[in-house]
Amino acid sequence: MNLFRADMHIHTLLSPCGDLEMSPANIIACAKKRKLDIVGITDHNSTHHCALMQKLGTENGIFVLTGAEITTREEVHCLAYFESPDTVSEFQLYINAHLPYIQNDPQNFGYQVVVDEHEDIVQEIDSLLIVGLDQSIEEVQRKVRELGGLFIPAHVDRPRFGILSQLGFMPDDILPDAIEFAQSATPEKFRIDHPEFNKYQLVSNSDAHCPDQIGIRYTIFDIEKPSFKEIKMALHGKNGRKVLVA
Amino acid sequence: MTVQQLTEKLNLKIFSGKKGLQKNISGGYVSDLLSDVMGNANEGDVWVTLQSHKNVMAVASLKDLPAVILVKGIIPENDTIIQSNEEEIPLLGTTDSCFEITGKLYNLIADNK
Repeated sequence: MNLFRADMHIHTLLSPCGDLEMSPANIIACAKKRKLDIVGITDHNSTHHCALMQKLGTENGIFVLTGAEITTREEVHCLAYFESPDTVSEFQLYINAHLPYIQNDPQNFGYQVVVDEHEDIVQEIDSLLIVGLDQSIEEVQRKVRELGGLFIPAHVDRPRFGILSQLGFMPDDILPDAIEFAQSATPEKFRIDHPEFNKYQLVSNSDAHCPDQIGIRYTIFDIEKPSFKEIKMALHGKNGRKVLVA
Repeated sequence: MTVQQLTEKLNLKIFSGKKGLQKNISGGYVSDLLSDVMGNANEGDVWVTLQSHKNVMAVASLKDLPAVILVKGIIPENDTIIQSNEEEIPLLGTTDSCFEITGKLYNLIADNK
């Protein structure tokens, strides 16, 4: 087994709150500089940069976990990752079907643009991406499972948009692959602060919205090589694979 | 004032939890963050919210809240209805906005004090 450093929660400039410096090309360059082996691409309710991130990652020796950060009806943020471009596309159709249309106002919320590898804008997304889907957390989880994806409630301990703030405690029918903590300084501290989450695997990520934040929090995977299947095995402690939280 | 009397006065729909209709209401609380309700609602408060997740009923039970009112015509999820029946805490509904129903509720509770 080998150790690989992962930051699984990064926003591109497509997210309205994402800095305009967060182009896929720049994210990959920063990730390389910070010695990340795995990056997760998780824009708010959108997967439009996954394909480009994956292409650039492959060219630069960085494994890209493709997915999105979903806002559920309860306004809980959840990370979802998919193994293949086909399942990413299918999940995008699900988002399209369930994201209520509210026109984005770039002055207030920020621009939502898709760029190419030369950082030229190829599309502007009109529908505000930070709105909650009309789907409960259970319904989102079901869809992710149906597509063979990974389901990880994001920053569960933050005072906003996490399981704890929105729902008070983990619903008993949510069976995540892991949970992301963000507030506590260390996993040990998180375990002390939130014993109710003791049975779940932890991951720690940056939730970067600007280049400086990429890799400031990360998770180490003890796996054969970076791949979706290896990461999934590690999250479940299978076949000698495991997760070391930094 | 009982939950039953409240539903009659404010013309509320009763989705579930009918066994709890004789519970007594002494105040009200309005919030959509369950963590906030867990921290700040008082026993006897009727809870006004747009959250329809089943955790709502668990929090209502934890805090000894006599009833929950869902606003804007929101229909509760099935497992929320099941839990409301199990906890015997009425789950009520109105087509009013949160602002409107809370205004009416405030006056009604103030009059009854």
